[in-house]
Amino acid sequence: MMPEVESTRPKEILRPGHTACPGCGVALGMRMVLRALGNRAVVVVVPSCVSVISGPFPHAAADVPMFHSAFEVAAPTAAGISRALALQGQEDIPVLAFAGDGGTFDIGLQSLSGAADRNEDIIYVCMDNEGYMNTGIQVSSATPRFTWTGTTPAGNTRRKKQIMEIMAAHRIPYAATASIAFPEDLTGKIQKARDMRGTRFFHMLSPCITGWRIGEDTAVKVSKLAVEAKVFSLYEIEDGLKYTLNHQPRDLPVDRYLEVQGRYHHLKPDNIAVIQAEVDRNWEELAKRATRNPRD
Amino acid sequence: MKKFITGNHAVAEAVRLCRTQLVAAYPITPQTPIYEKLSEWEATQQLGGTMMRMESEHSAMAACLSASLTGVRTFTATSSQGIALMHEMLHFTSGCRAPVVMACVNRTLAVPWAFWSDQTDSLAQRDTGWMQIYCENNQEALDSVIQAFRIAEKVLLPCMVVLEAHFISHFMEPVDVPDQGLVDGFLPPVHIPRRFELENPGFVAPVVTQSQYRTFRRRGQQAMEYALNAIEDLDEEFGKTFGRRYGLVEAECVEGADLVLVTTATITSTARVALARMREKGLRIGLVKIRVFRPFPTGPLRALLDGASRIAVIERNLSLGREGIFCSELKSALINGPGEHHIQGYLAGIGGTDVDPELIERIVLDALDRKEPTDGPVWMTEEA
Repeated sequence: MMPEVESTRPKEILRPGHTACPGCGVALGMRMVLRALGNRAVVVVVPSCVSVISGPFPHAAADVPMFHSAFEVAAPTAAGISRALALQGQEDIPVLAFAGDGGTFDIGLQSLSGAADRNEDIIYVCMDNEGYMNTGIQVSSATPRFTWTGTTPAGNTRRKKQIMEIMAAHRIPYAATASIAFPEDLTGKIQKARDMRGTRFFHMLSPCITGWRIGEDTAVKVSKLAVEAKVFSLYEIEDGLKYTLNHQPRDLPVDRYLEVQGRYHHLKPDNIAVIQAEVDRNWEELAKRATRNPRD
Repeated sequence: MKKFITGNHAVAEAVRLCRTQLVAAYPITPQTPIYEKLSEWEATQQLGGTMMRMESEHSAMAACLSASLTGVRTFTATSSQGIALMHEMLHFTSGCRAPVVMACVNRTLAVPWAFWSDQTDSLAQRDTGWMQIYCENNQEALDSVIQAFRIAEKVLLPCMVVLEAHFISHFMEPVDVPDQGLVDGFLPPVHIPRRFELENPGFVAPVVTQSQYRTFRRRGQQAMEYALNAIEDLDEEFGKTFGRRYGLVEAECVEGADLVLVTTATITSTARVALARMREKGLRIGLVKIRVFRPFPTGPLRALLDGASRIAVIERNLSLGREGIFCSELKSALINGPGEHHIQGYLAGIGGTDVDPELIERIVLDALDRKEPTDGPVWMTEEA
């Protein structure tokens, strides 16, 4: 007889031997998302760390049918599969797309908007590591202000784009943030989304060991600090209007999050004050809209 | 049943008759009436399939590609800027060996902005791995779409059916719209690989090594070579079912001709009229129409033209810095043959300008008179 703990452990879809960097936050996120989704699904990836993690030919890191599409079309690619499955009488098979922040905030925003506008029956997961990390750390519109990247050596001058507000403005049935530091919250949200129809969007902050200049064993810790310092809050938006907060942060000063990352080591006290003010303002705005319903 | 319809309408009829399951499209002049007609039929339950009203042509091809890989029959239509925007996904679709069918209504590319017939938009997609069929009239547009699905699904490469702006897309002609039963007999229900089966999960289109890449490219080339025979065979079968055949190329009066005129698409119809008149006057002029551009029908062209000493190519497209694209392709196809040729390229109808029988007569007389061909193209305009 199998030990009880083994029989109740959910099946892993992402196999050992995938090709992520050691300690990668994106790989952890993929593992959790796929485990929650199960392998009765079709998965789309696009150029990003996700597509590299998924394995080189003829290998496949995930035990689920997967398609590596073009950079800017994660959403319509998933939508085409979803429509085709429906034509074949298999509309109960969920189709999930993984894209990075570049593929979502920047080059894929138009096609994501189109899919959301048509309320395509897909789950879209943005693995946000706040820059073009797969091409070696360049700035994207998901890179926070003052952040060092290879193309912002003196610090990013732009603010991070508010992707959740953009998605909420499409009035899609479901949009949620999730974090690898809160696996129960993440699992519950993926399973909730799996059982819904229409366009479902996830924004996952996904620490990049090399790009964020953090230790290999710190992706979860840094993710936790992001949430507790209110840099990245855990919440859901239903039908674009109904905001629910899933976790009451501990209200750590933002510096606690910044100081552990080499990409912020150049910050001056007034930079940190600007970031703190922005974080506080974003939190205030979110708190105004949201009701509280912790999942964890 | 005979209907008096535009070429766009004829294409839509073919898409309906082929029981196309998924149409993903985006409006662009002059293709839009195809998209509208299919939408109208979808709304009145005459289409059978699903329509995706996309936010761009690039996304339209992404959706056609992924739906095709899932195992359904897919179609899109576009023109000009639309096919230029799709370019990346065209490579993707052929690389994935997805039998997507597309109608490209030839239209000038900006800049300058214009709406007229010019083949450069589809010819600029030459190296994307799509098969390309150029249509002479509305009937051929309808028939070629039906053939295209059958060819694409046999060869497992995508196929583009090309029709010219206005001359085909908007001009009305009597078209025989075949019975559903005949089309069903020629084109069986879709049976293409389903690449996302849960029981057999795999990773489609991962990263490959240099030598693996070369292997995939070689297989693509083999598929194109196989397509040459497949297109001929299926055309013959089409002829038996529908009583109309087109071939890879079509020839008239080539044997013993003093000059062979090579044309594509609608200019061919005009050339037929002009050459009939000239033959009445005793001139021996042959005509070869190139219908399939990819795979390029080198063998059939050599069989027709190896013995032709004087050839004139008339075309409505231009590769800046070289010449008309069909002319270059024809020259390269004949270069290993035993014969010596004078091949003269003529640009006529550029920008969608009119090519009338008189213009074609002038081209023929010019070609007969020339001592030596020029390496670059000769520009022909309407006024004598």
